[in-house]
Amino acid sequence: MEQPIIQADKLTKRFGDFVATDAITFDVARGEIFGFLGANGAGKTTAMRMLCGLSTPSSGRAHVAGFDVATHPEDVKQNIGYMSQKFSLYENLTVAENITFFGGIYGLRNPVLRDKREQLLARLELEHAADKRVGSLPLGWKQKLAFSVAILHDPKIVFLDEPTGGVDPFTRRQFWNLLYSAAGQGITVFVTTHYMDEAEYCHRVSIMVDGRMAALDTPRRLKETYGAASMDDVFYTLARGAQRGE
Amino acid sequence: MSFIPWRAVRNGVNNTNTVTDMQQLALFIRKEFIHVLRDRRTLLILFGMPVMQILIFGFALSNEVKNARLVVVDHGRDLATAALIARLDASRYFEVEQVALSPPALEATFRRGEVKVAVVFPARFYEQWQHGRDVAVQVIADASDPNTATTLTQYVSAIVYDHATEQREAQALPYGLRVETRMLYNPQLEGAPNYVPGVMALVLMLVCVMMTAVSIVREKETGTLEVLLVSPFRPVLVIVAKAVPYLILSLVNVGTILVLSTTVLHVPVQGNVLLLLAESILFITTCLALGIFISVQTSSQQVAMLISLMGMLLPTILFSGFMFPIENMPVPLQVIAHAVPAKWYYIIVKAIMIKGLGIAAVWKETLVLAGMTAGWLFISVKRFNIRLA
Repeated sequence: MEQPIIQADKLTKRFGDFVATDAITFDVARGEIFGFLGANGAGKTTAMRMLCGLSTPSSGRAHVAGFDVATHPEDVKQNIGYMSQKFSLYENLTVAENITFFGGIYGLRNPVLRDKREQLLARLELEHAADKRVGSLPLGWKQKLAFSVAILHDPKIVFLDEPTGGVDPFTRRQFWNLLYSAAGQGITVFVTTHYMDEAEYCHRVSIMVDGRMAALDTPRRLKETYGAASMDDVFYTLARGAQRGE
Repeated sequence: MSFIPWRAVRNGVNNTNTVTDMQQLALFIRKEFIHVLRDRRTLLILFGMPVMQILIFGFALSNEVKNARLVVVDHGRDLATAALIARLDASRYFEVEQVALSPPALEATFRRGEVKVAVVFPARFYEQWQHGRDVAVQVIADASDPNTATTLTQYVSAIVYDHATEQREAQALPYGLRVETRMLYNPQLEGAPNYVPGVMALVLMLVCVMMTAVSIVREKETGTLEVLLVSPFRPVLVIVAKAVPYLILSLVNVGTILVLSTTVLHVPVQGNVLLLLAESILFITTCLALGIFISVQTSSQQVAMLISLMGMLLPTILFSGFMFPIENMPVPLQVIAHAVPAKWYYIIVKAIMIKGLGIAAVWKETLVLAGMTAGWLFISVKRFNIRLA
């Protein structure tokens, strides 16, 4: 069996007495779209920061793309992509300049970078907008562009922190088509979201409550287990018991 | 929709085509320049401000009083008073106007604010003088504005005194005491030599601290900083990449100020220009470190801007010594002034630029400034890294 691309084993982060992430254990397979759900303050962000090599675990271990996040954060960083909820491109740089910049930051350079830039523009049908400032694009396009930039360097995993905030369901659907294509190419997608329709699109979903992982399964089985009609109901049933607020 | 074969070129990515730190840094610095050059407001602050400040401080804000209205009440009406009045009138400081006013009427003109200074000659002025008696010229000034009053009365006294001395010598009187005053470095007591170093400290402080802080905090707001930190790009290089463009732009500002100062205000650099530039780079580095420090502590551009303005601009104006002499401050305030980097830079610039002194004269101040720079850099970089953990 293929080695999981993400392995977390009792991964814990404490800030003083506060346990932000409490001994979470899970695996994510290569090419999987893994939904990481939880109310605000449930410990999602802290867990994701540890997996990205930004924050050192207080105890427990995690391997991402085969590297220990505590001891080899630089190797982890080299192998992942990241897109934040603020879609994270430079608004006063053009589309092409953004691609060049972020590609360069990840170590790409010409002629590879040039090829990839042209492929990306062609795929998003943005050739005509290559020299337009990103700030002038509609939000949906910015998000698609940001995602494509996040996987420009062929990461093994891409982490998405609430990537579709503020866009309409139709554009969200288009965005998810991008995620499916990426997953089809073998890129693992690790995504946090507040939208339960998006949770339904994930291969598997985990739900965090008060720093612990309260549930982890496919959306279909989660609904069966909790006797719920939708992921919304599953989430509500679990999150209702939460002690921590925002 | 066909998907790009992302992996097709994989082998070329991390091996032969790996970009070095220096290349990444160059890429980042280029991006920073694009940010600055595309933002009109930033450009305006960056290059408009030094020009504005130099012109405002050089011309509009000045302690010098020129062509003040001087009222003369001449009860003597003789040769001596005429000669003195002519002399007062000849100076570029005064527009003399002779009136015959009673003391109460004169006071009324003062109350109405029509006049700032008046000179009253007593009756039989020449006669008394010729007989070797003490004779007094009364100078009355509106001291509700103490600075102007002091300046004006000093001008009048100087003119009267000069005149008296000349007369005495002309008549070959055996006695007489002469005070010879020399105002070093700034014989005309002009404002500009004082203001130019102050404006340099002020502009650099503003540009470096505010621009650096805002540009880093902006990346926090847009989420791009997160992406940079998740990337393999080294965090310390983020700091360097932010600092380098503003260091260069600030040096351009120093150049602008020096050119304006020389050509428009006629205050050239008396000392070594290279030394002045080196000291400026040191001061700019302090400011950049402060900017980074502020950016770490704040998360919105507005807050960063406010803190930069209140926290940097005010102390610079109050405690650098270019507006208010530090020697006259109460001890606690003097202690605070010592902690203000601009104070040391101001002393250094004045010494090099106005007095034409070399490093031998300012090595102590340079050391203090270098210590502050090192301290703030250390704290800022440390805080920046802590925030990442």
